[in-house]
Amino acid sequence: MIPVQACWIFGTAVAALCFGTAAMAGEIEVSGSLAAEARYFPNDPRFEGQLNHLQPSAIISPEFAYESDDERHQAKVAPFLRLDGRDSERTHGDLREGYWRFTEEEWDVLVGVNTVFWGVAESRHLVNVVNQIDQVEDIDEEDFLGQPMVNLGTQQDWGRLDLFVLPGFRERSFPGRDGRLRGALPVDTDAARYESGAKQAHVDVAMRYTHFIGDFDLGAHYFYGTGREPRLVPNAAGEWLEPHYDLIHQAGLDGQYTMDQWLWKLETIVREGQGEVFAAAVGGLEYTFFQAFESDADLGLLAEYLYDGRDDSAPFTAADNDVFLGTRLALNDVQDTSILAGGIVDADRRSTALLVEAERRIGDRWKLELESRWFLKPDAGDPLSAFQDDDFILLRASYFF
Amino acid sequence: MTTLVSLRRLRGAAALSLLALATVLPTAAPATTPEAQKGFDTAARSDRSDRGFADSRVELKMILQNAAGAHSERTLEIRTLEVPDEAVGDKSLIIFDSPRDIDGTALLSHAKILDPDNQWLFLPALKRVKRISSVNKSGPFVGSEFAFEDFTALELMKYEYKYLREEACGDMTCDVVERYPRYEHSGYTRQVSWIDQKDFQIRQVEFYDRRGDLLKTLTLEDYRLYDDKYWRAHAFVMVNHQTGKRTDLIYQAYEFGTGLTDKNFVKSVLKRIK
Repeated sequence: MIPVQACWIFGTAVAALCFGTAAMAGEIEVSGSLAAEARYFPNDPRFEGQLNHLQPSAIISPEFAYESDDERHQAKVAPFLRLDGRDSERTHGDLREGYWRFTEEEWDVLVGVNTVFWGVAESRHLVNVVNQIDQVEDIDEEDFLGQPMVNLGTQQDWGRLDLFVLPGFRERSFPGRDGRLRGALPVDTDAARYESGAKQAHVDVAMRYTHFIGDFDLGAHYFYGTGREPRLVPNAAGEWLEPHYDLIHQAGLDGQYTMDQWLWKLETIVREGQGEVFAAAVGGLEYTFFQAFESDADLGLLAEYLYDGRDDSAPFTAADNDVFLGTRLALNDVQDTSILAGGIVDADRRSTALLVEAERRIGDRWKLELESRWFLKPDAGDPLSAFQDDDFILLRASYFF
Repeated sequence: MTTLVSLRRLRGAAALSLLALATVLPTAAPATTPEAQKGFDTAARSDRSDRGFADSRVELKMILQNAAGAHSERTLEIRTLEVPDEAVGDKSLIIFDSPRDIDGTALLSHAKILDPDNQWLFLPALKRVKRISSVNKSGPFVGSEFAFEDFTALELMKYEYKYLREEACGDMTCDVVERYPRYEHSGYTRQVSWIDQKDFQIRQVEFYDRRGDLLKTLTLEDYRLYDDKYWRAHAFVMVNHQTGKRTDLIYQAYEFGTGLTDKNFVKSVLKRIK
């Protein structure tokens, strides 16, 4: 943490504002991380042009956060930059957060770019519709591109209500021709098509309600606008896939029941605008053995079922009738060592993807992470067969400041 | 989790109502013998001595030391809201600043007396708020020698008591009170506390594990008086006798009456802390 007087940073243009009211004084806190990463694919690539074996990258993600002394004004700028040694599409920058927020007693407003996360499930994030997925980062759909927004929220006795106006659509990122973890044809992100005539300028809207009653946490949402999930359509020459973005209406519910060692989770959505109206759900449980094996470690068992009723004219999903089983081990040691291992099995096609994620702090400022994914040989016709040679092991060392 | 001290006080009316109930329901009585009554009264007087603070904020440093002497540090802030409803525990917010990889990680707790607390954890890397299971309060808190219940369990109603004796503690005289956790999933069978007779503050606590063996000793030092009313210890030393590890909590100055309200202790606040 490097506290700096806010007004020095903002410069003379806003110095008057800074010193104009005592309440606006405050500090800027600089933090963030630098990381080096090596992703290794033991198998030769399946498709022409794909990189072989080692994919190194560097990641820079600083954060500048300002808060006024009265804590009513907050501002944050969090850029993200990845430099990839092999895939130029994966070399990319993004503004994950870049906003100003004003908080009153009962309401708050945020203007700028932000990342929000909705939902409770572990294996799929169905209700999380606001931010576009940064697909080149990972295929787990847990990396997001910053979304421009005006977010007005109010906290009442009956819960919290958020309204979002979302101008400026973000296109999903995809690996380039050189990249692994793609289909037979690479995606040409310059060829995106939109159902809306306004294209990327279409202003989307969303509404989110959350509350908790005793052991129940509940959420509901509604979204209208350009869906974040594109259909991938081969171009005329059959050389590329073109992302087609449709206008959708989506409503959903999510909830968690927390009872002793049990967490029961459910996310459901109904979507209109991509083929026939369809429903999708992910739900399951997490059970934790605290201080397992007479140690300080906690061992969690996770099981989730995934259903998706979409037809072939909607964007493809592999998670249509799948079971996820996993285990999470947290050693609760000084280094916060933890391991997550699991697998997702398609109940129809029997294709299986396995994953391991482990992390451990080294000293006070470093963290070492290991990730690995394995795609058990699916049938030739299985959509996941595109990834069948893309098993990988990833090692990341991050320095935090 | 709440601060050791902020929770360590009597809910006057709650205590009375429980005692009243005890006369009707002898099985629920915390005080059925003279020793139990005197133990309860001693703990209650200590608890009563610093209630009514409304809300507080404090920053602290946690120093973890293993048997070989290797050190590791965490810095955190604790915000506490005293809840007027005396049948419920306080609300608290713990915000981590370091180690830097968990900067912004925050834990919101709505404490309960005998049931698991309501707890939400914010993970800044994913911007995700998770409701977490809080049934287990006896595991290590962020790798330290403090268990979660060592922070929250000092609410009066969480124990049954037995007065043991009076003895010298440093240059003061202490009442020694044994207490038995009423929480079903507690990691302890009993604790022995030393409460001084001058300021009625807890000076030392011994923790006995599920097997009945001495596990840890907590020493509370550097007591300071705020507003002529509220005592707060600023150094907590927890020594684990079975592993040789220790954890020191070094508090900075408390701020009281900072204007925190219920709205500062709702789960959506977790995303707006930093």
